[in-house]
Amino acid sequence: MIIARHLTKRYDHTTALDDVSFVIEAGEAVALWGANGAGKTTTLRCLLGVQGFEGELTVNGIQVSQNGKAARAAIGYVPQEAAFYDMTVLETLHFYARLKKVIAQRVHDVLDQVQLTAHSSKRVNMLSGGMKQRLALAVALLADPPVLVLDEPTANLDVKAQRDFIHTVQTLNRAGKTIVFSSHRLDEVIALGSRVLVLAEGKLILECLPHELAEKLGLHRWLRIWVSEQRKDDTLKLLDEQGYTFMPNGRSVYVQVSLGGKIAPLRSLELASIPVEDFDLIDGELVLQGDSHD
Amino acid sequence: MIEFANIRTIAEKELRDALRNRWFIVFTIAFAGLALALSALIHPGGTQLRMMSYSRTAASLINLVLLFVPLIGLTLGSANLASDRETGALAYLLAQPVNRFEVLLGKYVGMAGALLATLTLGFGVAGVALALQGSIQDAGGYLLTVVLAYLLALATLSLGFLMSTVAQKTTAALGGALFLWLFLVFIGDLGIMGTTVSMRMPIEAVFFIAVLNPLQMFKLASILTIQANLEVLGPAGMYATDQFGGLLLPLLLIGLLIWIVVPLLGALALFSRQEKFVLKGSAR
Repeated sequence: MIIARHLTKRYDHTTALDDVSFVIEAGEAVALWGANGAGKTTTLRCLLGVQGFEGELTVNGIQVSQNGKAARAAIGYVPQEAAFYDMTVLETLHFYARLKKVIAQRVHDVLDQVQLTAHSSKRVNMLSGGMKQRLALAVALLADPPVLVLDEPTANLDVKAQRDFIHTVQTLNRAGKTIVFSSHRLDEVIALGSRVLVLAEGKLILECLPHELAEKLGLHRWLRIWVSEQRKDDTLKLLDEQGYTFMPNGRSVYVQVSLGGKIAPLRSLELASIPVEDFDLIDGELVLQGDSHD
Repeated sequence: MIEFANIRTIAEKELRDALRNRWFIVFTIAFAGLALALSALIHPGGTQLRMMSYSRTAASLINLVLLFVPLIGLTLGSANLASDRETGALAYLLAQPVNRFEVLLGKYVGMAGALLATLTLGFGVAGVALALQGSIQDAGGYLLTVVLAYLLALATLSLGFLMSTVAQKTTAALGGALFLWLFLVFIGDLGIMGTTVSMRMPIEAVFFIAVLNPLQMFKLASILTIQANLEVLGPAGMYATDQFGGLLLPLLLIGLLIWIVVPLLGALALFSRQEKFVLKGSAR
């Protein structure tokens, strides 16, 4: 269980966190949502006890300000991009296992758990981004901590690596681990989170369920559809007739959809016998060249 | 609570890293090669190598140590924390169940181990070569010179670590280390000489200003280990011998120990207070 009361963090002339209070129950998966500079990373660093703060913060009953080291022992941490020393995967895990006072056998267990056994003799700098994140997760799991803190863990991963990573974390959450993660990707928050804390300019401005987030914050979700060049004009005409906001972009068209309505444009195209070659979902604002049609 | 097991784990990693570092290997080979070369002289009349005695070898090695050891101590120390901070490895390490004292001390002990191993190899190669030639007289003085070189290495490593805690980037830390090396080796001496001449400073003032430099402390202490007085250094040396007598060597040893401890404590104090600076990435 994590309890934050009046958590405040000030740097020289800025207030990074301003009187933030929240409670995270054991076994929850809570997302910290917010733009860059909202205070997500600062909150996670306070949880880890690597920086001072005002207010009260406890992790599983440990006062973080009094005993940051004990708090860190109860937390497994996965940063956005873990920076490892120049060692092999196995050496890296043994190094952190010794710091966490974990028996050597545990190294092999976590290697299996994150499916890196086949890569254990590789140097860390030879790993892909996805494998490095899995290694960071393995390090985080070494001491089998009750809490996992993830700082935008999939931000630098490709789509498949994102899905694999999220699936692994979901499994850990189902097994009882408390997950606190920062993200600005709606699909990740929905897939992983059971609750969302929305931060803006260091303040906690909203607590909601993941599926309420898009509506409450007025976020846009875009469906990208690929159709053949011959049927593109028909597609644009149909979308226009049905009142969609859309944006042509090369061989694809971006269509603004609601959270529960992503299937509707696809059904309309199917009914009009326009074959869809591929599609993808994108959250947030688009930065594209082209004409928008409202 | 400080856990010595963590200090040991970090120290072993640092030692392993240093021994894999190609610059460190080059330094080790160069130092050992030069130490061996200094311990051997070509016999003027033939092809045989005539080995010098331990005390003469130690005297030759003093100048080598004065140039090499501060350079490697300062650069290794200054690059250590700064590069880890720049890559983000330090922030990741600090997010583990360790405290900053353990991290800094572990790194220091590991680097010190590597540095002392290099010196041991260099002095050891020269010492063994001399022993094989039967030149075993003055071995005690030679060993004391080795110990003094260890102290100088640790002092410059401490100064390097102090620079590493304040430098924004590795390049700045290395630049600062090179400037400090130049200052300690060359500019400091020239400055004292110039000031002495221009201000007509009394001899005791010259002596005390000189021994503020850890390199001078090492030099004076090393000369004392191979001969009974400092007359070779002129009036300042004679003043020191007259003034302190048998206490001079212990005082110089204490001075070198202070140069090890004070910068390291300074580095610890700074490092334990740093937040945003240490933790790479967006702060908010």
